[in-house]
Amino acid sequence: MKRAECIRALYPELGDRLVVTIMGATAQELYDLGHRETFFYLQHAMGLASSIGLGIALNRPQDSVIVLDGDGSVLMNLGTLATLARYRPPNLTQVIFDNGSLLSTGGFASHTTAGITDLAAIARGAGCPRVLEAGTVYAFMEAVAQAFDGEVMTTIVAKVEAVGPDHFGMDLKLPENTFRFQRHIASTARLAAP
Amino acid sequence: MTVSRDNSKAVYQGIKSAGIRFITALPETWLVYLLQLAEDDPEMRLVEVAKEEEAVGIAAGAYLAGTPNALLMQNHGFLGSINGIVSLAMLYRIPLVMLIAHRGHWGEPYPWHTQGGIVTEPVLRALGLPFEYARDPLRVGGQIREAQTLAWSSLSPVALLLSRDLMED
Repeated sequence: MKRAECIRALYPELGDRLVVTIMGATAQELYDLGHRETFFYLQHAMGLASSIGLGIALNRPQDSVIVLDGDGSVLMNLGTLATLARYRPPNLTQVIFDNGSLLSTGGFASHTTAGITDLAAIARGAGCPRVLEAGTVYAFMEAVAQAFDGEVMTTIVAKVEAVGPDHFGMDLKLPENTFRFQRHIASTARLAAP
Repeated sequence: MTVSRDNSKAVYQGIKSAGIRFITALPETWLVYLLQLAEDDPEMRLVEVAKEEEAVGIAAGAYLAGTPNALLMQNHGFLGSINGIVSLAMLYRIPLVMLIAHRGHWGEPYPWHTQGGIVTEPVLRALGLPFEYARDPLRVGGQIREAQTLAWSSLSPVALLLSRDLMED
């Protein structure tokens, strides 16, 4: 299974959900399907995408928030799994695409390669309330459907091949992404106000 | 030396009157009463993290969601969060209101705090971040409001260093 296939299957289901992605290939694969004002791409600060997602989810309980994370990023901030488990907003879904590789920075093997480190087990051990694993696009989308029931915070570990796009680049400056994403949230907040 | 309960209250009232209702923190001795006040306040949401750099991400998320918020941490936690401050907050123009317990400086008896205490101000200067020292309980509330105002107008992290004069009796 390729991450791009998962993201392609996920894309039509995103609706008005708020999406935070990690850097590099993951961000690019989502962007290439068509940017939306609901997407925030964290192109650096590895490990913090899940933290950003938590901060949004706690402050926007009326919105569904999905974080597209990766094994390399999660390994840089393992404490986040415990913090997510403690506060567990039900409107938050964390997808960890585990390709066993630091693909965007040279393709070096990450600690999850060959099943040495089991991120789903770490998430469960951290106390994340619903941890699902997927090895096929079908299983991935089944897990997503469960996550989107909004009843409990969900962590999905999706095993994917270590392949990415053949190009990188976005017509979106980084602060511009901040301004537009925040403005979108603010505008929906105004609409929701009585 | 004990942590000042009264001055912790003054800091907390400053946080409240700045309109802040969301705090991300890692507990530390000087912040004990402050965090207790936050925990006991039904109007305040307190998120405690495993390591301070996480707090930068959570605070950024809160900002994107439109919520005025503050980070409470020790200066060593600030030093451990530099990449998040640089490569998330500064890079993406996301304001942070950082209330930092300035351990390890003038009057510090504990050797383990001293190197972090000595380099905190130079690191803030190297990052180009606006900062002030909070020493006076009568002034600290105003300083927190001003920090919040400047952070949101400049779209920059700002730091208020909570000093020994303020935090200890």
